[in-house]
Amino acid sequence: MNNQRRKVLKTGAGAALLSALAAAGIITPNMALAEWNRAAFEAKNLADALKAMGVTVPLSSKDAQLTGPDIAENGAVVAVGVNTTLPNVSMVAILIEKNRNPLAVSFNLPAGTEPNIKTRVKMAETSNVYALLKSDGKFFMVSKEIKVTLGGCGG
Amino acid sequence: MTNPMKIRAATSDGVTEVRVLIAHDMETGQRKDAAGALIPAWFVNELTVKHNDKVVLSGDVGASVAKNPYLAFKFKGGAKGDKIVVSWKDNKGETRSDEVAIT
Repeated sequence: MNNQRRKVLKTGAGAALLSALAAAGIITPNMALAEWNRAAFEAKNLADALKAMGVTVPLSSKDAQLTGPDIAENGAVVAVGVNTTLPNVSMVAILIEKNRNPLAVSFNLPAGTEPNIKTRVKMAETSNVYALLKSDGKFFMVSKEIKVTLGGCGG
Repeated sequence: MTNPMKIRAATSDGVTEVRVLIAHDMETGQRKDAAGALIPAWFVNELTVKHNDKVVLSGDVGASVAKNPYLAFKFKGGAKGDKIVVSWKDNKGETRSDEVAIT
């Protein structure tokens, strides 16, 4: 089952479909929030996704960590977390380099919300996973490689 | 049709931890059904968490987030009995809002 799912993950045409949906007006921005950053979410590689998010050369930082398993047996559910001691973090995003659309999620953090977020993502294959943070107006990025076990039979 | 979220919010030492489990298929638009036809993309793409009326977290979500999205975070403040409201919107325009009291 999982094997098949992975192949399908790699071969589909999701982005084209999304654009079609967008054109038909099915995807509409939520009035309470800034418009969903379609360009960033539909970007097909890491560089394009960062560009669409307005990120210029992110710095690396020892004060931020991306947590997650070293090996994920099931790419459909990979628990990852971001935490940092950097001050005034206003944005946290998670990107998976080798996914068809690398940007998984981006959170806006108002003052008072701690830069310590956990969520679960899908991974098509073994890849570097990046956490992008905005602290005091500067972008920081940290990464971790998470291996996705192929074959679907964990051992 | 949307299903209720599971939300837990607990406060201790002036910090409230919120955990949310959203019931959503999160189809990427890249999978095919048994007949080989593409299953259309269907995923949550906007998420807001409010403490009383103040936004404590908002986010843009993509199809790379796992099925039945899970989210945990903490914010400063929050007292027992305060209201936490989580709302999402998916790419088909469906929305859902659930609320819970902080314990």
